[in-house]
Amino acid sequence: MQASLDTVWTWLGEIPDPEIPVISLADLGIIRAVGYDDDKLVVTVTPTYSGCPATSIIALDIETELLKRGAQKVEIRQQLSPAWTTDWISREGREKLRAFGIAPPAMAAANCAGMLKAQNVTCPHCGSEDTENISPRGSTPCKAQFRCRSCMEPFDYFKAI
Amino acid sequence: MMDPFVTFCLRMGDNALILAQRTGEWCGHAPALEEDIAFANMGLDLIGQTQLWLKLGGEAEGKGRSADDLAFLRTERQFTNCQLVEQPNVDFAHALMRQYLFDAWHLPMLDGLTQSSDERVRAVSAKVIKEVRYHIDRSRDLVIGLGDGTDESRARMQGALDELWPFTADLLASDEIDDDLTARGVIPDPAPVIEAFNAETAATFAAATLTVPHTGLTRTGGRNGIHTEHMGFILAEMQYLQRTYPGVSW
Ligand SMILES: [Zn+2]
Repeated sequence: MQASLDTVWTWLGEIPDPEIPVISLADLGIIRAVGYDDDKLVVTVTPTYSGCPATSIIALDIETELLKRGAQKVEIRQQLSPAWTTDWISREGREKLRAFGIAPPAMAAANCAGMLKAQNVTCPHCGSEDTENISPRGSTPCKAQFRCRSCMEPFDYFKAI
Repeated sequence: MMDPFVTFCLRMGDNALILAQRTGEWCGHAPALEEDIAFANMGLDLIGQTQLWLKLGGEAEGKGRSADDLAFLRTERQFTNCQLVEQPNVDFAHALMRQYLFDAWHLPMLDGLTQSSDERVRAVSAKVIKEVRYHIDRSRDLVIGLGDGTDESRARMQGALDELWPFTADLLASDEIDDDLTARGVIPDPAPVIEAFNAETAATFAAATLTVPHTGLTRTGGRNGIHTEHMGFILAEMQYLQRTYPGVSW
Protein backbone atom coordinates (compact mmCIF):
# COMPACT_ATOMS: atom_id res chain seq x y z
CA MET A 1 0.00 0.00 0.00
CA GLN A 2 1.21 3.49 -0.82
CA ALA A 3 1.85 5.85 2.08
CA SER A 4 -0.31 8.97 1.97
CA LEU A 5 1.35 12.21 0.91
CA ASP A 6 0.75 13.61 4.41
CA THR A 7 2.70 10.69 5.83
CA VAL A 8 5.51 11.28 3.33
CA TRP A 9 5.70 14.94 4.39
CA THR A 10 5.95 13.81 8.01
CA TRP A 11 8.86 11.55 7.08
CA LEU A 12 10.58 14.37 5.24
CA GLY A 13 10.15 16.50 8.34
CA GLU A 14 12.26 13.96 10.20
CA ILE A 15 15.24 13.96 7.82
CA PRO A 16 17.92 16.31 9.17
CA ASP A 17 19.78 18.80 7.01
CA PRO A 18 23.27 17.26 6.59
CA GLU A 19 25.10 20.48 7.47
CA ILE A 20 22.80 21.90 10.16
CA PRO A 21 21.20 18.74 11.57
CA VAL A 22 19.01 20.59 14.09
CA ILE A 23 16.62 21.51 11.28
CA SER A 24 14.87 19.14 8.91
CA LEU A 25 14.74 19.27 5.14
CA ALA A 26 11.05 20.22 5.41
CA ASP A 27 11.95 23.07 7.82
CA LEU A 28 14.52 24.33 5.31
CA GLY A 29 11.80 24.83 2.68
CA ILE A 30 13.69 23.08 -0.10
CA ILE A 31 11.08 20.38 -0.74
CA ARG A 32 8.83 21.90 -3.37
CA ALA A 33 6.48 19.03 -4.11
CA VAL A 34 5.72 15.42 -3.27
CA GLY A 35 3.57 13.22 -5.47
CA TYR A 36 3.12 9.81 -7.04
CA ASP A 37 3.88 9.00 -10.66
CA ASP A 38 2.22 5.54 -10.83
CA ASP A 39 4.03 3.53 -8.17
CA LYS A 40 6.96 5.94 -8.04
CA LEU A 41 7.23 8.51 -5.27
CA VAL A 42 8.52 11.76 -6.79
CA VAL A 43 10.11 14.36 -4.51
CA THR A 44 10.92 17.72 -6.08
CA VAL A 45 13.80 19.53 -4.42
CA THR A 46 15.31 22.96 -5.05
CA PRO A 47 18.96 23.67 -4.22
CA THR A 48 19.85 26.21 -1.52
CA TYR A 49 23.07 27.68 -2.92
CA SER A 50 23.97 26.54 -6.43
CA GLY A 51 27.33 25.25 -5.19
CA CYS A 52 26.17 23.83 -1.88
CA PRO A 53 28.02 20.52 -1.43
CA ALA A 54 25.08 19.24 0.62
CA THR A 55 22.77 19.16 -2.44
CA SER A 56 23.74 15.67 -3.60
CA ILE A 57 23.87 14.37 -0.01
CA ILE A 58 20.35 15.69 0.53
CA ALA A 59 19.04 13.82 -2.53
CA LEU A 60 20.73 10.65 -1.33
CA ASP A 61 19.38 11.07 2.22
CA ILE A 62 15.81 11.52 0.97
CA GLU A 63 15.97 8.48 -1.26
CA THR A 64 17.55 6.30 1.43
CA GLU A 65 15.07 7.37 4.11
CA LEU A 66 11.95 6.98 1.95
CA LEU A 67 13.01 3.53 0.74
CA LYS A 68 13.70 2.53 4.34
CA ARG A 69 10.20 3.69 5.32
CA GLY A 70 8.66 1.43 2.71
CA ALA A 71 8.41 3.46 -0.50
CA GLN A 72 8.82 1.12 -3.50
CA LYS A 73 10.47 3.51 -5.95
CA VAL A 74 11.75 7.02 -5.33
CA GLU A 75 12.76 9.69 -7.80
CA ILE A 76 14.34 13.01 -6.81
CA ARG A 77 13.71 15.84 -9.26
CA GLN A 78 15.68 19.08 -9.17
CA GLN A 79 13.76 22.28 -9.72
CA LEU A 80 15.60 25.58 -10.09
CA SER A 81 12.75 28.03 -10.44
CA PRO A 82 11.46 29.77 -8.39
CA ALA A 83 14.85 30.12 -6.72
CA TRP A 84 15.03 29.13 -3.07
CA THR A 85 14.89 31.92 -0.54
CA THR A 86 15.57 31.82 3.20
CA ASP A 87 12.06 33.23 3.63
CA TRP A 88 10.90 29.63 3.04
CA ILE A 89 12.56 28.39 6.25
CA SER A 90 9.66 27.51 8.55
CA ARG A 91 8.93 29.31 11.83
CA GLU A 92 9.83 26.10 13.70
CA GLY A 93 13.06 25.90 11.69
CA ARG A 94 13.98 29.46 12.67
CA GLU A 95 13.39 28.69 16.35
CA LYS A 96 15.52 25.53 16.12
CA LEU A 97 18.34 27.52 14.50
CA ARG A 98 18.23 30.13 17.25
CA ALA A 99 18.23 27.48 20.00
CA PHE A 100 21.26 25.88 18.30
CA GLY A 101 23.15 29.21 18.40
CA ILE A 102 22.69 30.30 14.76
CA ALA A 103 20.86 33.58 14.25
CA PRO A 104 18.03 32.90 11.75
CA PRO A 105 17.84 34.91 8.49
CA ALA A 106 15.96 38.21 8.42
CA MET A 107 12.69 37.99 6.49
CA ALA A 108 12.22 39.63 3.07
CA ALA A 109 15.83 40.87 3.18
CA ALA A 110 17.31 38.76 0.40
CA ASN A 111 17.72 41.35 -2.30
CA CYS A 112 17.64 44.53 -0.25
CA ALA A 113 20.03 47.39 -0.94
CA GLY A 114 22.92 47.30 1.51
CA MET A 115 22.78 43.49 1.74
CA LEU A 116 24.28 42.30 5.06
CA LYS A 117 24.54 45.81 6.51
CA ALA A 118 20.79 46.26 6.15
CA GLN A 119 19.86 43.00 7.88
CA ASN A 120 18.98 43.36 11.55
CA VAL A 121 20.74 40.53 13.31
CA THR A 122 19.73 39.54 16.83
CA CYS A 123 22.15 37.64 19.08
CA PRO A 124 20.89 34.03 19.41
CA HIS A 125 22.42 33.80 22.91
CA CYS A 126 21.07 36.86 24.73
CA GLY A 127 18.60 38.43 22.30
CA SER A 128 20.49 41.73 22.04
CA GLU A 129 20.21 43.66 18.78
CA ASP A 130 23.60 45.30 19.38
CA THR A 131 25.61 43.02 17.08
CA GLU A 132 28.38 43.52 14.54
CA ASN A 133 29.49 41.70 11.42
CA ILE A 134 32.99 40.20 11.62
CA SER A 135 33.05 38.58 8.18
CA PRO A 136 30.48 38.28 5.39
CA ARG A 137 31.29 34.58 5.11
CA GLY A 138 31.14 31.89 7.75
CA SER A 139 31.77 28.16 8.06
CA THR A 140 29.55 27.62 5.00
CA PRO A 141 28.57 29.98 2.14
CA CYS A 142 25.12 30.42 3.68
CA LYS A 143 26.43 31.96 6.90
CA ALA A 144 28.22 35.12 8.04
CA GLN A 145 30.21 35.62 11.24
CA PHE A 146 28.88 38.06 13.82
CA ARG A 147 29.73 39.17 17.35
CA CYS A 148 27.35 40.36 20.05
CA ARG A 149 28.37 43.62 21.71
CA SER A 150 26.18 42.87 24.75
CA CYS A 151 27.24 39.37 25.78
CA MET A 152 30.46 39.48 23.69
CA GLU A 153 29.81 36.03 22.22
CA PRO A 154 30.58 35.33 18.54
CA PHE A 155 27.92 33.54 16.50
CA ASP A 156 26.91 32.49 12.99
CA TYR A 157 24.18 34.30 11.12
CA PHE A 158 22.22 32.49 8.41
CA LYS A 159 22.24 35.14 5.66
CA ALA A 160 19.02 36.11 3.96
CA ILE A 161 19.12 35.03 0.31
CA MET B 1 29.55 30.40 -36.43
CA MET B 2 28.97 28.14 -33.43
CA ASP B 3 25.45 27.85 -32.12
CA PRO B 4 24.92 31.22 -30.40
CA PHE B 5 22.95 29.88 -27.44
CA VAL B 6 25.46 27.12 -26.69
CA THR B 7 28.33 29.62 -26.99
CA PHE B 8 26.61 31.97 -24.58
CA CYS B 9 26.14 29.20 -21.99
CA LEU B 10 29.78 28.15 -22.34
CA ARG B 11 30.98 31.74 -21.96
CA MET B 12 28.99 32.19 -18.75
CA GLY B 13 30.04 28.79 -17.41
CA ASP B 14 33.71 29.14 -18.37
CA ASN B 15 33.96 32.55 -16.67
CA ALA B 16 32.63 31.04 -13.44
CA LEU B 17 34.75 27.89 -13.74
CA ILE B 18 38.11 29.57 -14.36
CA LEU B 19 37.50 32.25 -11.72
CA ALA B 20 36.57 29.47 -9.29
CA GLN B 21 39.90 27.74 -10.02
CA ARG B 22 41.80 30.94 -9.30
CA THR B 23 39.72 31.68 -6.22
CA GLY B 24 40.23 28.16 -4.92
CA GLU B 25 44.01 28.67 -5.02
CA TRP B 26 43.61 30.90 -1.95
CA CYS B 27 42.34 28.03 0.17
CA GLY B 28 44.84 27.83 3.04
CA HIS B 29 46.83 30.84 1.78
CA ALA B 30 44.73 33.98 2.30
CA PRO B 31 46.10 36.71 4.60
CA ALA B 32 43.35 36.25 7.21
CA LEU B 33 41.19 33.27 8.16
CA GLU B 34 37.97 35.12 7.31
CA GLU B 35 39.24 35.93 3.83
CA ASP B 36 40.47 32.40 3.33
CA ILE B 37 36.98 31.15 4.11
CA ALA B 38 35.38 33.86 2.00
CA PHE B 39 37.42 33.06 -1.11
CA ALA B 40 36.85 29.32 -0.71
CA ASN B 41 33.12 29.86 -0.26
CA MET B 42 32.87 32.12 -3.28
CA GLY B 43 34.76 29.55 -5.31
CA LEU B 44 32.11 27.05 -4.27
CA ASP B 45 29.31 29.36 -5.43
CA LEU B 46 31.11 29.78 -8.75
CA ILE B 47 31.51 26.02 -9.21
CA GLY B 48 27.78 25.63 -8.63
CA GLN B 49 27.08 28.35 -11.17
CA THR B 50 29.43 26.63 -13.62
CA GLN B 51 27.44 23.42 -13.28
CA LEU B 52 24.18 25.24 -14.06
CA TRP B 53 25.49 27.03 -17.17
CA LEU B 54 27.53 24.15 -18.60
CA LYS B 55 24.67 21.71 -18.02
CA LEU B 56 22.36 24.04 -19.92
CA GLY B 57 24.96 24.46 -22.69
CA GLY B 58 25.43 20.70 -22.98
CA GLU B 59 21.69 20.08 -23.15
CA ALA B 60 21.20 22.79 -25.77
CA GLU B 61 24.05 21.39 -27.84
CA GLY B 62 22.37 17.99 -27.83
CA LYS B 63 25.51 15.88 -28.20
CA GLY B 64 25.21 14.31 -24.80
CA ARG B 65 28.03 16.28 -23.21
CA SER B 66 27.63 16.77 -19.45
CA ALA B 67 28.90 19.74 -17.45
CA ASP B 68 31.86 17.57 -16.38
CA ASP B 69 32.66 16.60 -19.99
CA LEU B 70 32.70 20.26 -20.96
CA ALA B 71 34.87 21.26 -18.01
CA PHE B 72 37.40 18.47 -18.17
CA LEU B 73 37.59 17.37 -21.80
CA ARG B 74 37.95 20.59 -23.77
CA THR B 75 41.24 22.14 -24.83
CA GLU B 76 42.44 25.68 -24.24
CA ARG B 77 41.18 27.10 -27.54
CA GLN B 78 37.71 25.71 -26.78
CA PHE B 79 37.39 27.66 -23.52
CA THR B 80 35.49 30.90 -23.92
CA ASN B 81 36.07 32.65 -20.59
CA CYS B 82 37.24 36.25 -20.66
CA GLN B 83 40.96 36.79 -20.12
CA LEU B 84 40.36 38.69 -16.89
CA VAL B 85 39.38 35.63 -14.85
CA GLU B 86 42.47 33.62 -15.83
CA GLN B 87 44.92 36.28 -14.61
CA PRO B 88 47.09 34.98 -11.76
CA ASN B 89 46.50 35.78 -8.10
CA VAL B 90 49.90 37.56 -7.64
CA ASP B 91 48.81 38.98 -4.27
CA PHE B 92 45.59 39.58 -2.38
CA ALA B 93 45.13 42.95 -4.10
CA HIS B 94 45.20 41.38 -7.57
CA ALA B 95 42.80 38.60 -6.59
CA LEU B 96 40.43 41.06 -5.01
CA MET B 97 40.55 43.54 -7.89
CA ARG B 98 39.96 40.74 -10.41
CA GLN B 99 36.97 39.59 -8.38
CA TYR B 100 35.57 43.09 -8.05
CA LEU B 101 35.89 43.92 -11.77
CA PHE B 102 34.22 40.62 -12.62
CA ASP B 103 31.42 41.20 -10.09
CA ALA B 104 30.86 44.73 -11.42
CA TRP B 105 30.04 43.22 -14.82
CA HIS B 106 28.44 39.99 -13.58
CA LEU B 107 25.72 41.66 -11.52
CA PRO B 108 24.22 43.93 -14.23
CA MET B 109 24.61 41.13 -16.80
CA LEU B 110 22.63 38.74 -14.59
CA ASP B 111 20.13 41.46 -13.87
CA GLY B 112 19.48 41.70 -17.61
CA LEU B 113 19.41 37.91 -17.96
CA THR B 114 16.62 37.58 -15.38
CA GLN B 115 14.46 39.28 -18.06
CA SER B 116 15.56 36.84 -20.78
CA SER B 117 13.07 35.55 -23.35
CA ASP B 118 14.44 32.08 -22.58
CA GLU B 119 12.85 30.45 -19.55
CA ARG B 120 15.93 28.33 -18.72
CA VAL B 121 18.18 31.39 -18.73
CA ARG B 122 15.74 33.22 -16.45
CA ALA B 123 15.75 30.30 -14.00
CA VAL B 124 19.56 30.03 -13.81
CA SER B 125 20.18 33.78 -13.60
CA ALA B 126 17.49 34.33 -10.95
CA LYS B 127 19.28 31.72 -8.84
CA VAL B 128 22.80 32.97 -9.49
CA ILE B 129 22.14 36.69 -9.02
CA LYS B 130 21.22 36.17 -5.35
CA GLU B 131 24.70 34.81 -4.71
CA VAL B 132 26.46 37.43 -6.81
CA ARG B 133 24.85 40.26 -4.83
CA TYR B 134 26.80 38.97 -1.83
CA HIS B 135 29.97 38.61 -3.91
CA ILE B 136 30.05 42.25 -4.94
CA ASP B 137 28.98 43.40 -1.49
CA ARG B 138 32.21 41.91 -0.15
CA SER B 139 34.57 42.74 -3.01
CA ARG B 140 33.41 46.37 -3.21
CA ASP B 141 33.84 46.88 0.56
CA LEU B 142 37.36 45.45 0.48
CA VAL B 143 38.40 47.42 -2.61
CA ILE B 144 37.29 50.62 -0.87
CA GLY B 145 38.82 49.65 2.47
CA LEU B 146 42.20 48.66 1.04
CA GLY B 147 42.27 51.40 -1.62
CA ASP B 148 41.56 54.09 0.94
CA GLY B 149 43.83 52.30 3.42
CA THR B 150 47.53 52.35 4.26
CA ASP B 151 50.21 53.54 1.81
CA GLU B 152 51.11 49.97 1.04
CA SER B 153 47.57 48.65 0.60
CA ARG B 154 46.70 51.60 -1.61
CA ALA B 155 49.81 51.12 -3.76
CA ARG B 156 49.04 47.43 -4.18
CA MET B 157 45.41 48.06 -5.10
CA GLN B 158 46.40 50.73 -7.62
CA GLY B 159 49.01 48.37 -9.08
CA ALA B 160 46.39 45.65 -9.45
CA LEU B 161 43.94 48.04 -11.09
CA ASP B 162 46.60 49.30 -13.54
CA GLU B 163 47.42 45.75 -14.54
CA LEU B 164 43.91 44.34 -14.74
CA TRP B 165 41.93 47.25 -16.19
CA PRO B 166 42.92 46.52 -19.84
CA PHE B 167 41.28 43.10 -19.46
CA THR B 168 37.88 44.63 -18.74
CA ALA B 169 37.61 45.19 -22.51
CA ASP B 170 37.24 41.42 -22.88
CA LEU B 171 34.58 41.35 -20.18
CA LEU B 172 32.52 44.01 -21.94
CA ALA B 173 33.16 42.86 -25.52
CA SER B 174 30.38 41.69 -27.80
CA ASP B 175 30.27 40.12 -31.24
CA GLU B 176 27.76 38.80 -33.79
CA ILE B 177 26.85 35.94 -31.44
CA ASP B 178 25.77 38.45 -28.81
CA ASP B 179 23.97 40.57 -31.43
CA ASP B 180 21.96 37.55 -32.51
CA LEU B 181 20.99 36.66 -28.93
CA THR B 182 20.20 40.28 -28.06
CA ALA B 183 17.92 40.52 -31.08
CA ARG B 184 16.03 37.46 -29.84
CA GLY B 185 15.84 38.86 -26.31
CA VAL B 186 17.87 35.98 -24.84
CA ILE B 187 20.57 38.27 -23.47
CA PRO B 188 20.38 41.99 -22.60
CA ASP B 189 21.49 44.81 -24.85
CA PRO B 190 25.18 45.39 -23.97
CA ALA B 191 24.83 49.18 -23.62
CA PRO B 192 23.01 49.31 -20.25
CA VAL B 193 25.30 46.57 -18.88
CA ILE B 194 28.38 48.62 -19.82
CA GLU B 195 26.74 51.74 -18.41
CA ALA B 196 26.06 49.98 -15.08
CA PHE B 197 29.64 48.65 -15.01
CA ASN B 198 31.02 52.15 -15.60
CA ALA B 199 28.82 53.72 -12.93
CA GLU B 200 29.62 50.99 -10.39
CA THR B 201 33.38 51.13 -10.92
CA ALA B 202 33.55 54.95 -11.06
CA ALA B 203 31.77 55.31 -7.70
CA THR B 204 33.82 52.57 -6.04
CA PHE B 205 37.21 53.77 -7.30
CA ALA B 206 36.39 57.33 -6.26
CA ALA B 207 35.59 56.10 -2.73
CA ALA B 208 38.72 53.93 -2.80
CA THR B 209 40.90 56.88 -3.96
CA LEU B 210 42.06 54.77 -6.91
CA THR B 211 42.53 56.03 -10.45
CA VAL B 212 41.52 54.12 -13.54
CA PRO B 213 44.54 54.07 -15.88
CA HIS B 214 44.20 55.95 -19.14
CA THR B 215 46.52 53.73 -21.11
CA GLY B 216 44.01 52.95 -23.83
CA LEU B 217 45.34 49.41 -23.76
CA THR B 218 42.79 46.70 -24.30
CA ARG B 219 43.07 42.94 -24.22
CA THR B 220 40.38 40.83 -25.84
CA GLY B 221 39.94 37.40 -27.38
CA GLY B 222 39.16 35.11 -24.46
CA ARG B 223 35.52 34.82 -25.46
CA ASN B 224 36.69 33.37 -28.79
CA GLY B 225 39.26 31.02 -27.30
CA ILE B 226 42.33 33.26 -27.48
CA HIS B 227 43.90 33.19 -24.03
CA THR B 228 46.88 34.57 -22.17
CA GLU B 229 49.86 32.39 -21.27
CA HIS B 230 48.34 31.59 -17.87
CA MET B 231 45.39 29.61 -19.18
CA GLY B 232 47.26 26.43 -20.10
CA PHE B 233 48.62 26.06 -16.59
CA ILE B 234 45.15 26.35 -15.07
CA LEU B 235 43.82 23.62 -17.37
CA ALA B 236 46.87 21.42 -16.78
CA GLU B 237 46.08 21.38 -13.08
CA MET B 238 42.28 21.33 -13.36
CA GLN B 239 42.14 18.56 -15.98
CA TYR B 240 45.05 16.49 -14.69
CA LEU B 241 42.99 13.59 -13.38
CA GLN B 242 40.79 13.15 -16.46
CA ARG B 243 43.76 13.42 -18.79
CA THR B 244 45.90 10.97 -16.85
CA TYR B 245 43.11 8.47 -16.17
CA PRO B 246 40.52 9.06 -18.94
CA GLY B 247 36.99 8.24 -17.85
CA VAL B 248 37.94 7.64 -14.21
CA SER B 249 35.09 8.07 -11.74
CA TRP B 250 34.27 7.27 -8.13
ZN1 LIG C 1 24.47 38.35 22.95
